[in-house]
Amino acid sequence: MSEIVKKFMYLNRKAPYGTIYAWEALEVVLIGAAFDQDVCVMFMDDGVYQLTKGQDPKGIGMKNFSPTFRTLGDYEVKRIFVDRASLEARGLTQDDLVEIAFEDFETEEEIDNIVEVVDSERVSELMNDSDVVFSF
Amino acid sequence: MADTIDVEGKQLAVDEEGYLADLNDWVPEVATVMSKQDNLELTPEHWDIINFLREYYEEYQIAPAVRVLTKAVGKKLGKEKGNSKYLYSLFPYGPAKQACRFAGLPKPTGCV
Repeated sequence: MSEIVKKFMYLNRKAPYGTIYAWEALEVVLIGAAFDQDVCVMFMDDGVYQLTKGQDPKGIGMKNFSPTFRTLGDYEVKRIFVDRASLEARGLTQDDLVEIAFEDFETEEEIDNIVEVVDSERVSELMNDSDVVFSF
Repeated sequence: MADTIDVEGKQLAVDEEGYLADLNDWVPEVATVMSKQDNLELTPEHWDIINFLREYYEEYQIAPAVRVLTKAVGKKLGKEKGNSKYLYSLFPYGPAKQACRFAGLPKPTGCV
């Protein structure tokens, strides 16, 4: 395992269905989590719909993969951000989004919900802070 | 690997690695038949893991990577079971890969 830890940001900007980007991005995050890097996931623009509750894509013949986001904590992704402006522009609030719990089995650290809604200023700060940004 | 397996006289489709093509085809006998192909005798301890994986999939819609499986098993079934040594002793071909196959799930995401 490499000693160098980089800060990765996965930036999700697309609606969950209609294109394969959202699902593929989630798979990349889950696979990448095996490499012990410092990872955060950011949702903005239509990407905020990926985290909304009560998705039912049966009518379009797609698998509902929104429950899978709740495993991110198990995969040791601890930082998940949502752009407030994108939420507001779509008439959504944090109450419309799923909650993702985090638990560190060794240290027994527990966080009920790691989804954090942040202002645009903080979004740019986080982006600047990242070594690598993967945009989907 | 054959493209179908015979379970109670029914031919069920599997992919090139032996995973069930259709999750809904699964019945407990699938695990029994697959384990015989792997020369493995299923014990209640094996079933604990297989059932656990099916529940995990039901809830999260993915098969967990082995790291995550280990952690989650430890949480659910007790710390003494949440380690890869124990899981490999049950499933010598890899706890996530082999147990997921028995459980009728797709190959785990993040299994490298």
